[in-house]
Amino acid sequence: MRRVAIVTSTRMNTDPELSGRATRRRRPLRARLRRANPAAGLASLVWLLIVVVPVYVMVNASLMPQGEALGGKLLEPAAHATFANYQLVLRSGFFHLLLNNVIVTVATIAIVLVLCVPLAFAVVRARGARALLVFRVFLLGLAIPAPVIIVPLYVMVSKFGLYDSLWAIILPTAAFAMPVTLLVLVGTMRDISEELYESMAIEGASPARMLVSLVIPLSKGGISTVSVFAGLAAWNGLIFPLILTQSPQNQVLTTGLWNLSSEYGVDVPATLAALTLSAIPMLVLYLAARRALISGVMGVGGK
Amino acid sequence: MTLAAPRPAPARAPRRRGPGRRAARVGRPRLTWALPGLLFFMLFAVVPMLYSLYLSFCGNWGGIGSAHLVGAVDWQRLVDDSTIRQATRLTIELTVLSWLFQTPIALLIGVWAAGRQRHRAVLSAVFFIPLVLSSTAISLLFKALLDPNFGLAHAIGPWIGFSDGNILGSPNGALAMLVFVGGWQFMPFHTLIYQGGARQVPQMLYQAAEIDGAGRVAQFFHITLPQLRHTITTSSVLMVVGSLTSFETVFLLTAGGPGSATTTLSFAMYQNAFADFNYGYASALGTGLVVLSTLLSLLMVRFTGFGSMRSAREGM
Repeated sequence: MRRVAIVTSTRMNTDPELSGRATRRRRPLRARLRRANPAAGLASLVWLLIVVVPVYVMVNASLMPQGEALGGKLLEPAAHATFANYQLVLRSGFFHLLLNNVIVTVATIAIVLVLCVPLAFAVVRARGARALLVFRVFLLGLAIPAPVIIVPLYVMVSKFGLYDSLWAIILPTAAFAMPVTLLVLVGTMRDISEELYESMAIEGASPARMLVSLVIPLSKGGISTVSVFAGLAAWNGLIFPLILTQSPQNQVLTTGLWNLSSEYGVDVPATLAALTLSAIPMLVLYLAARRALISGVMGVGGK
Repeated sequence: MTLAAPRPAPARAPRRRGPGRRAARVGRPRLTWALPGLLFFMLFAVVPMLYSLYLSFCGNWGGIGSAHLVGAVDWQRLVDDSTIRQATRLTIELTVLSWLFQTPIALLIGVWAAGRQRHRAVLSAVFFIPLVLSSTAISLLFKALLDPNFGLAHAIGPWIGFSDGNILGSPNGALAMLVFVGGWQFMPFHTLIYQGGARQVPQMLYQAAEIDGAGRVAQFFHITLPQLRHTITTSSVLMVVGSLTSFETVFLLTAGGPGSATTTLSFAMYQNAFADFNYGYASALGTGLVVLSTLLSLLMVRFTGFGSMRSAREGM
């Protein structure tokens, strides 16, 4: 648990890197060769290629006219590059999908944070066995995979009158993001030292005051990590929108892409253009917030 | 995010007298702070789970009228159903193959990436792209790439024994592609987990081993692997639960075909619920799947000694 917080602070990550760079210059060549690991290096290069080729083909073929793509030479740079496919996708209501996706993602992150920050605070600071019990309930929730409970959820959502609305996507997505969120936040909040709480208590601060002026500022790293996780789950989820919504106006990116791809059929470049467009927002965000995301995932493996 | 039960509360210093003791009681939130989150989670995750169990005893209910308990007919049918037996075998095959495919590579690359290479930042920026793409986008991308008529499959197929490039058209090819696409998507995630774990192995151990004259391979097997055993458990549990219940890739890439060759349990559940409208039977399937995946993860946790919370640093 505590490792999560330790790894999340990026300072820890850069330290060995910096010192590594310094020692490498001093180390003689022979020792460097002995430390090198050609098998793993080769494996990562091969895997890099495996990652890059499909992504390259996606972008490359999305620029081809349909006739050129049908020739099957997807690896060669597009000879007659065109943005016609992109125009087609944009005309097919892509911005509406994007807007819905943004709404779903922002609402999910908001609900998760509003519910989980006080929850984690209570689990960490409240006394007694019941706090542990609450925590256990959520741990159990980790083992419930979303696809498996989709049937009862569908029946329930219909009974609540939420079927075919964006709420039908947002609420279950938020609920399923909660266990991981709680684990990460509890890990972060446990690292806040007892002395800080005590000194605030001596000044007579209420729990709400402590949460706002002590716990939240000191858990920023954890909060941004869980926002990324919850956001990714909401942005990329298929099963909830697929089953719990129906009408075109409530389509999100995933269901929209699925629809577009069947609508375009053999017009593979158009599908690939839609895929490329759908990937751009997350890719941009990823390049900007790579550190937070990567160190967050790395913390998962903490021993 | 370890999967084992955490310590109940941070170990507290012995009670002190004076202001400290008062402070320990003042300013603690009541557990009611946890209530909104707990209720929300119960409503949308725990109640559906229990409801699923209930529906699984409601026989052939299709959502019209209200469900009534009729007994274990769905469970009886589940045990007798030969298509479910095939789906179970396939799901287990898929899970085992995915583990065998992903773990060694993720371990190797993750440990390597924990070291100090040049250009690692650039490399990892590209390497982890699949992490942010949706399963939907990835599945649709590979569906296009594997199209026998104009996809890459046409060029690559002959190399790997599919002269017509119709990889998804053969049962084994389709299964292999599910394993591959799953790996393509989740390898970066597991690589990162291992990278994080490997960074925490004390350098001291390697220095000691080097003095003893242990080579690179010996160091990997005698230091890295044992030190990473909790990380391996975490990663494997996530991987196994993920592949057991993976739905999107099957749904979009193979649609369970050719025939029913890649109909996994979660896809069979989807078909039963939303193509045949038999919610009772689908719920029995879903509940069975939760039981199976929970049992498997508990087994893995027990088997690897992860649950006992022994520190990997023991004896240091």
